[in-house]
Order: sequence, then C-alpha cells, then structure tokens
Amino acid sequence: MTNLFGQLINLFAALLLLIAFAMLSQRRVLSLINLFAFQGLVLSVSTAIVAWSSSQHHLYYSAALTLLLKVLVLPWILHRLIRRLNVKWDVETMFNIPTTMLVGIALVVFAFNLAAPISQMAGTITKGTLGIAMASVLLSFLMMITRSKAVPQVIGFLAMENGLFFAATSATYGMPMVVELGIALDVLVGMFILGIFFFQIRETFDSLDLKHMEKLKEE
Amino acid sequence: MSAVTPLDLLGASILGWMALGLGGLFAPRRAILALIFPAGAAAALLVAGAALWALGAPAETAVLPLGLPDLPFHLHLDTLSAFFLLLLGATTVGISVFSIGYFRDMDRATLSLLCLEYHFFLAAMALVFLADDAYLFMVAWETMALSSYFLVTTDHHVPEIRRAGFLYLLVAHVGAIAILMCFGVMQGGHGDYTFATMRDAHLTSFWASVTFLLALFGFGAKAGILPLHIWLPEAHPAAPSPVSAMMSGIMLKTAVYGILRVTFDLLGSQQWWWGTVALTLGLLTALFGVMFAAVQTDMKRLLAYSSIENIGIILVGIGLAVTFHAFHKDALAALALTATLYHALNHAFMKGLLFLGTGSVLHATGERNLAKLGGLIHRMPKLALLVLVGSLAIAGLPPLNGFVSEWLLLQAFLLSPGLPQSYLNMLIPVAAAALVLAAALAGYVMVKFYGIIFLGQPRDEKIAAAHDIGVWERIGLTWLALGCILLGLFPVFVILHIDPVAQLLVGHTLGSSAAQTGWLMLTPILPERASYSPLVLFLIIAVGIFFTLFAVKKFYHGRLRRGPAWDCGFPEQTARMQDSAEGFGQPIRQIFELFFGIVREVPSPFDKKPHYHGETRDRLWDLVYLPIARLTETLSALVGRLQHGRIHIYLLYSFVTLLALLAFIR
Repeated sequence: MTNLFGQLINLFAALLLLIAFAMLSQRRVLSLINLFAFQGLVLSVSTAIVAWSSSQHHLYYSAALTLLLKVLVLPWILHRLIRRLNVKWDVETMFNIPTTMLVGIALVVFAFNLAAPISQMAGTITKGTLGIAMASVLLSFLMMITRSKAVPQVIGFLAMENGLFFAATSATYGMPMVVELGIALDVLVGMFILGIFFFQIRETFDSLDLKHMEKLKEE
Repeated sequence: MSAVTPLDLLGASILGWMALGLGGLFAPRRAILALIFPAGAAAALLVAGAALWALGAPAETAVLPLGLPDLPFHLHLDTLSAFFLLLLGATTVGISVFSIGYFRDMDRATLSLLCLEYHFFLAAMALVFLADDAYLFMVAWETMALSSYFLVTTDHHVPEIRRAGFLYLLVAHVGAIAILMCFGVMQGGHGDYTFATMRDAHLTSFWASVTFLLALFGFGAKAGILPLHIWLPEAHPAAPSPVSAMMSGIMLKTAVYGILRVTFDLLGSQQWWWGTVALTLGLLTALFGVMFAAVQTDMKRLLAYSSIENIGIILVGIGLAVTFHAFHKDALAALALTATLYHALNHAFMKGLLFLGTGSVLHATGERNLAKLGGLIHRMPKLALLVLVGSLAIAGLPPLNGFVSEWLLLQAFLLSPGLPQSYLNMLIPVAAAALVLAAALAGYVMVKFYGIIFLGQPRDEKIAAAHDIGVWERIGLTWLALGCILLGLFPVFVILHIDPVAQLLVGHTLGSSAAQTGWLMLTPILPERASYSPLVLFLIIAVGIFFTLFAVKKFYHGRLRRGPAWDCGFPEQTARMQDSAEGFGQPIRQIFELFFGIVREVPSPFDKKPHYHGETRDRLWDLVYLPIARLTETLSALVGRLQHGRIHIYLLYSFVTLLALLAFIR
C-alpha cells in the first residue's frame, strides 16, 4: 500500500515538473494560465495523497486551500485580467524555446544534485521528490527571467510559490497551518496588487512590455 | 547619603528636555517662546547646578532598563563628565534665554520643529557626556549629529544651506565610523562594549596607538581639526545663530570630551608621540584657523574659523598633557590639562556670546557681510558693549577669561623642563612661539571683527535703521558676558573646580600650588616663576581708564565739537572710504599668501562699471576633498553599470545569487 502511494506521489511530482517545462515553453498567455491552474490541481491532489498516506490531517486543509486558491480563484482573476487588459493572444519570448529548455534541463540536474544529500536525511515518504520541487522552483524563476511581458512574469512568480509549497510538503509534510494560511493570503494580496500595477503600467506606457521600463534608470 | 543624587537631577533634566522638545510639536507659537524655551533654560540651570555638585561628589553609575534586550544603557557620572555637563548647562542657560527673543518672528511650523531639534540636541549632548558604554555613546552621538543637522538646515529652502548641511552630515558620519572602529578595537575581543571593560582591556602598544589615532580622527571630524575642518565654515554660518552658538560653544567640546575620555580614561597608558601628533595637528589647526579668520568677509564665517583656531589651541593643550603624562611629569600634565579644560569652558562662553551677538546683528540689519556693516555702536549700544566683552575675551586680553587659559597653557610650555626626547625639547619652544603667534593673530581678528561691525560709519543705508536688542537677548548675552568676566577674575576658584578632573585623568592637581599665595593670586607652579592676579590687574585697568576719562573731560573743557575731520585734500568723505574688512585683512593675506588659494578679479582702469571680486579659497578643499569626491564618483559610476533598468537583468542577478548560494551550502 505504502509503495503504491509512493509511486503515485512520484507520478504527480513528475507531472509537476512536466508542467513546469510546459510553462517554460508556452508562448501564449491564455494557455499559460490554464497550465498554471493545472499545476495547482496536480499540487492539490498530490498533497491530498500525502495526507492520506501519512495520516497528517492538516494537509487535507492545505490541499483544499490549494484547490480553492490556485485552481479556482487565481486563474479566474488572471483570466479576467487578461480579458480586461486585452492581452489574451499575446505571444512573446525573449530567447528561443530550445535554448531555454536546455538551460532548464541543466537546472534540473543541478537541483537533483543539490537535493540528493537532503533527501537521504529526510524520513518522509515523499523524500524522493525534493529534487523535483526545487527544480520546479528554479524553472519558474527561469521563466520569470525569460519573459518580457508583465503577466507571464507574475504567473512565473505564482508558479514558484507552487514549487515552494511542494518542497515543503515533500520535505517535512508541510509547513505549520498558520504559515500556510499566511502564504496563501500573501499570494492573493500580491495578485491583487500586481493586477493594479498592470493597469498602471499599461496606462503609463500603453503596453505591458517591460522593456519600456528601461528608461526609468538613472542616466 | 542624600536621597537625591546629581545623576538623578541630570536624568530628570535630560528627560525634561526631551519632553519639552516633544511638547513643542503641539504647543502654540506663543507657548513655545514663553514656556518651553524658558523651561529649557531652567533645566539647563539645573544641569549646571547638578554638575557643579557632582564635581565634588564621588562617581556614580546607573544601568538604565532601556536599549536592546540584554544590552542596557549604562550611565556613569564622574568628574570629567561633570565638568563638561557644567559647560553645557551654564552656556545653554544664556543661549536658551537669548533664543526666546531671537526666534520671536519665526512662524509656528518652523519654530516647533526647531524647538524639538534644539532640545533633543541638548539631551543628546548631555547623554554623550554621561554614556558609559559604546552603544549608548554612539546612539547619543548620532542623535546629536542628526538633530544638529536638522538645526543647521532650518532654512532648507536655500540651496547653499542644504549643501552645507550635507557636507556637515557627511563629515560627521565619516567621523562616527572612525569612533565606532575605535570602540571596536578597544573592547579587545571581549564583545562587551561597556567602558568598564575597555578600561580593563590591555591593548598592545600597536593597537593602543591605532585606537588613539582613530579617536583623534573620529572626534577630530566633529571638532574641526585640520584637515577635517571643512564643514565648520559652511555649517556655522548656515545655522540660526543660537544654533551656531551651541554647535561652536558646546558641540565641539563633545569631541574634546571624547578625545580626553578615550586617551586618558579608557586607554590606560599613553605614548609620548601621541602627544606630539596632537600638538602638531593642534598648532596647524590653530594657525590655519586664525589666518583664514583674518581674511574672511562674512562675520559668521570669521567666527567659525576662529572656532577652528580655538579647537587647535585646546588640542595643543591635550597634546602637551599626553606628552607630559607619558613621561610621568604629572604636575605639568595637570597644568596643561587644566589649561585645556579651562580654555574649553572659556571658549564655550566667549564663542556663545559672539555668535549670539552676530545673530542680533543679523536680526537687526539682515546683513552678514562685513562689507556692508559698520557703525552699529551708535544704533545698538547695548549689544556693542556685550560683544565687546566677548571680543576682548577671545582676543586673550586680561583681565578676561581668554587670557587666563592661554597664559596657563603658555606656562605649561615655558615650565617644561628637559624631556627625555631631544627632538621634543627642540619642538616645544617652536610650538610655544607658534601658539603665541596664533594668539596675537586672534587679537588682530577680533579688532577686525569688532571694528568693522561696530565702529566707523554704516557702509550700507539699511544699516542705519537697525534697532537695539530686546530684553531676552540682553539677559542671555549678559549671562554669557558675566561668565566671561567672572571666569577671568576668579581663576583660582575655577581651577579648584577643575582639580577633581585633573586628579581623575592624570592623578595630579594644580589647586594646591595655584592657591598657595591666596585666592587673589594665580600661581601655576612656583610664585618665583610666574603668578597672575586678575583682580588687581582689573583694578589697575579700571583706575587707569577712570583717570584717563577724568583727565580727558577735565582738560578737554568738557566741550564736544563736531567739525569736518581731516578735511585737507578730502572735500568729502563717505562711509565707503573707510577701511573695509577685506582691506583690513590685506596684510595677513599678503604675508601668508602661500597658504591661501586667492581668486581675484581686478577691473581694468578703463572699465566704466568697475567690479571687484575677491575670494579666498581653502586649498585643502582642492588638495584633499576634490580628489576624494572624484574617486567616489568614478567608483559609483562603475557600480552604476549594474543598473540596466531591465527587470530581467535584475531577476537574473537574484537567480545567479540563488544558484551560487545553493551551490555554496551543499
């Protein structure tokens, strides 16, 4: 039975990483949001499985919270946002996709290498997945760097939080409930603030392309 | 054992100052003037009284339940602190009373902020004197620097004043870093920053020297020792006059206190060459200050340079005391130290008086430029008399106080027997001569200062409308002038009160020998060598003046004639024909031309509208400060390249940092 759960968790972890790569390669904003929602769903389900297998009841709440926030609320807000901003069909990348993917692979290798000693010390059922969690954090960060528009950057930021959450679950069966609630609230509030910024940026520069902000530097 | 100790009174006054400052934020304008400043003056009087009491009382310590967890504030009141608190309290009484009248035309918003900063400045200075750990000391020191910065920039809408304030803040912070490092060296790796630990820490001679040099640099930045004097002539004229008076009279002395505290109290033993360094720097500072004072045309700048000179004299005294103490000639060390402390006290009174006097002139005429002033003795006779006292005192004329301390210091030079260092023995007479030169030039400067402002004819029409000072200003100035006179007339009493400080610092006193021929005569070491009785001298001078006046009245037939003076060849004589400030300083400028960076534009003889412009620049500014500024700009430009304005690059910085850290921790 434990073995089955272990396999399931590994499966979902693999899915998480796959989605992270998909996000890295996805050019369209609308698909990016859907991928983000999907990643949230995977995260939620895997958390629930960890909760079931390790009888850590507070993880059920975490899973429910993730489901509510990252699968329903945030994607809904993002959908509204891109509709209002009229950037639904925006297509952009800074570098070509294959290069980015190659860098991503290097990052995954680095993350696994890094996680190996920590995983050996952890006594949790999920210990093998720490490397994946860290890899998805780094990949999301990479996505933030390679995007030139504001909305994908924010999605990258949110995806990074997903990775962190997964890392916490896999290494220590999640953070204390208070901390998780705090982070969830932070993400929500951050989303609102960034949404307001989008409108401000567009109002100032008539575009959400961040290259316009280069002229803000001192010269 | 009484229930109330001096430290309690001092603590109450400091809290009182802070409360008054905060109260000033909410009080209406009238209440600030009529209640808060008088209450501040009363608290200052209490400080002075408590400090005088503490000079004769045993040392006290207290640990305040304030500060960070596990890092409380320590207070320590010994005679050295008490002496400087006395200086602070006694001078502040006059300045605060003066401020009541001086700030009467200020609008409420500015006044309430000024009131807050003013009283916090006072409280911070008092805490500097009381601090017994590096933590409280630095907190108080920085509070002092910041509050005085805001005081300097009271007129912050003037760009020059903002610039002066920035320069001041910059130098103050560079100095504060040096002081912090000095404390860091002194705690000797214990990690305990109380002064008690530092006293017990035994440093090797190398590290002790490092500490001393850091302290000299750090406190020197606050005191205005060459070449860190650069902020003084900018900040003092920029500040409102009572603030200049406090900064020059009191704040510079916190630096003197710091040097004395570190050198004599915290560092157990001294090395003789420290004294030589201080002596040389002090002499250079004194000569530099007085030379530049002689060529200034702005009266507050002139006084600022004169402050540099006096700080130089004080540093000379410290240097002598260190040298003597290092060679175990404690009687001489006590003499030099007493002269130093005496001069510090005198300077607080004299310079306070003079800065307040310039404030009154500025208030009455709106003019700081000596080229426009003149003849104020007829318009402002009361002010003229009081400023005359200050000018005579700072010029070092008997029977006023400036003479006593400078004379004592010269005695310390002249009485120094053969020190076991032949170079020093050669240096000391030269130094004495240089000191006398500085003192004589100070007299020249004061003749210029007083003569140009008060004597002769007004050089500008609007000066004629000047009104004399109000009653509050008069009380404040009279307090300080009385201080100058009494400190000059009764030196033996003053020395008896400085004795506990000398006992604490060099383990010897001057009082026994000073009072050996009675309180009337001041005898530094031996009556055969030298002694001085100001009271007798005063009586002789007074009688002399009286008889001269009498004789003039008698043989002049009591008639007053007003007729054309020097009419031969001068059909008309205007105020513009008088000797000007620049003209008066001309000989000095010629003699010491090498040291000044003089920029002059002399018009051609055929110019229809001739315009003369002369400026004396500080060469050190070009030699020391501009290269530093350029270097900083170059380095900042290099760092500025990191800033691309592209968010991706910034993200990349954090990403790379993250990866590097992750790779590092594994």
